[in-house]
Amino acid sequence: MTTNILPLLPIMIPFFAGIIMLFMGKRPVWHRVVSGISGLLMMLSAVWLVISIYRNGTIVTFLGDWMAPFGISIVIDMAAALLLLTTTIIAFLIVVYSFQSIGIEREKYFYYPMVLFMIAGVNGAFSTGDIFNMFVFFEVFLLASYVLITMGGTRVQLQEGFKYLLVNLISSNFFVLGLAYLYSVTGSLNMADIYLKLEDYDGNMVIMTVLAVVFLFVFATKAGLFPLFFWLPGSYYAPPMPIIALFGALLTKVGVYAIARTYSLFFIENQAFTHQVLLLMALLTIIMGSIGALAYTDMKKIIIYNILIAVGIIIVGFSLMDETGTIGAIYYLIHDMIIKAALFMLVGFIIYRTGESDTGRLGGLIRSHPVTGWMFLVAGFALAGVPPLSGFYGKLFIVQSAFGNDLYIAGLIVLLSSLAVLISVVRIFMNVFWRESPAAGGLRAIKSDKLLFSSIGLVIISVAFGLAADLLYPLFEMAALSFHDPATYAGYLTEVE
Amino acid sequence: MELITIILSGILIGSSVYMMLSKSIIRIIIGTALLSHGVHLMLLTMGRLKQGNVPVLDPEVSSYTDPLPQALILTAIVIAFALTSYILVLALRMYRELGTDNVEEMKGVPHDD
Repeated sequence: MTTNILPLLPIMIPFFAGIIMLFMGKRPVWHRVVSGISGLLMMLSAVWLVISIYRNGTIVTFLGDWMAPFGISIVIDMAAALLLLTTTIIAFLIVVYSFQSIGIEREKYFYYPMVLFMIAGVNGAFSTGDIFNMFVFFEVFLLASYVLITMGGTRVQLQEGFKYLLVNLISSNFFVLGLAYLYSVTGSLNMADIYLKLEDYDGNMVIMTVLAVVFLFVFATKAGLFPLFFWLPGSYYAPPMPIIALFGALLTKVGVYAIARTYSLFFIENQAFTHQVLLLMALLTIIMGSIGALAYTDMKKIIIYNILIAVGIIIVGFSLMDETGTIGAIYYLIHDMIIKAALFMLVGFIIYRTGESDTGRLGGLIRSHPVTGWMFLVAGFALAGVPPLSGFYGKLFIVQSAFGNDLYIAGLIVLLSSLAVLISVVRIFMNVFWRESPAAGGLRAIKSDKLLFSSIGLVIISVAFGLAADLLYPLFEMAALSFHDPATYAGYLTEVE
Repeated sequence: MELITIILSGILIGSSVYMMLSKSIIRIIIGTALLSHGVHLMLLTMGRLKQGNVPVLDPEVSSYTDPLPQALILTAIVIAFALTSYILVLALRMYRELGTDNVEEMKGVPHDD
């Protein structure tokens, strides 16, 4: 058996494209061409992965032909493939969006290579089957994100970027510590192998509960769960809009994915404690996010707090760990990645056009931008989960599963959070698009065809995803299988023997 | 042997927390470096410390040390090195732009003028 190179393409394409761009030097136009082409190629490879996994099941590759559990294996199941596809679509559209919005200075100083390195890290974290390798890919995308968040060197970026770096540095160190404990307990780093070993072991498992808390600390910091989200609103506010869109759509979701993976594969023994803690943190996150989203009048801040609400809802779905809950969580995960990127890009367009991000000082934009305005409303409705749109299905399954498990308060909080989301987004819409412009500051003349192409394109993808949800159900059923029935994820190890 | 290294890594992590709680950026950075040292030492200890054994596959040797933690530490050290160098550069730039190395003065949203 040789190493199959095709499942590695979503990692390799952005990585090599980034290196090629570094060698090109400061040639922004060439960087645009290379990053656009590699974005398209990534998307094609991810589509290919989804189709072939739908036909043949999980794809496994052993790097360097070292058989699992000894070497590093790349394991792409349906959940990972769907996340890869969403990541690559968003990455491509954000790269296109950046052509007209990030500014020539940042483009000269290697903005596109950093974006692609980050995408390589994110894709790697989604597709790896080895927990230490996941740590390495976390560091890859975090290092690129440190550069992106401080790129340009404005004062607010430096100040918030330093805090972001420090928080992530500490949680990464705890990741290594957790890995050390995990290795000393199980003697393995392959995630499927760890699952099989833990399942066969009937001794004292108290140490695994301690480990669950260490890993929860690490991933909750990255994902922005309740007590550990403090860094998120400040840090995500600082960089320019395309970078915020990239961070808001992708980075927290990697943390969520890592929580789902580890809590389905490793911490299966003491679910009464670990998954309850997870559920409680998720609900508190939803509440805090709702308070933030309702409290601010700044558009960026409102959408940033909406990230917290979404992360909370997804984690509620994963903490239930039954079939409906996980299907709902994956639906909502994919939906939220798409719609957050779309909303950030639309907000970015408004900010670039008017030079203003506070809703109190805007108004009357519907006259000059009717299509964008209605698209924003559609995106807002999708975010809140109004039925035919994509947010509805995820929430439906999650609430159904919560009520099925007699967790009425959890279900109720998820439902009520939709109201908070709806109020916060529609308030942006009403203030920015409807009422009379308070101070006629005039619109800035900017080139905006690519900005609108990306943002409206993503809204349309989200609407299509909502309308085709029924059609896509088999994919999501397959994706949820490896979470609520982790034995299927570990199946490739048992088959080999 | 294990006990000594575990206590040592505890001391390292404890002192790193002390350093990170101070207000000066440079002290915080030294704190993060110490934290990574403590964590790496812990990772090394988790592979069991055996004196006199080699982590190399050799037909004449019957007792091995687990080579995996050492390989992992190598990776983790490289990453920690990259992060420390980046954060030092960032600290220099921050000192020039913000005119302070006191984290107490880095609150709110500063405006570019």
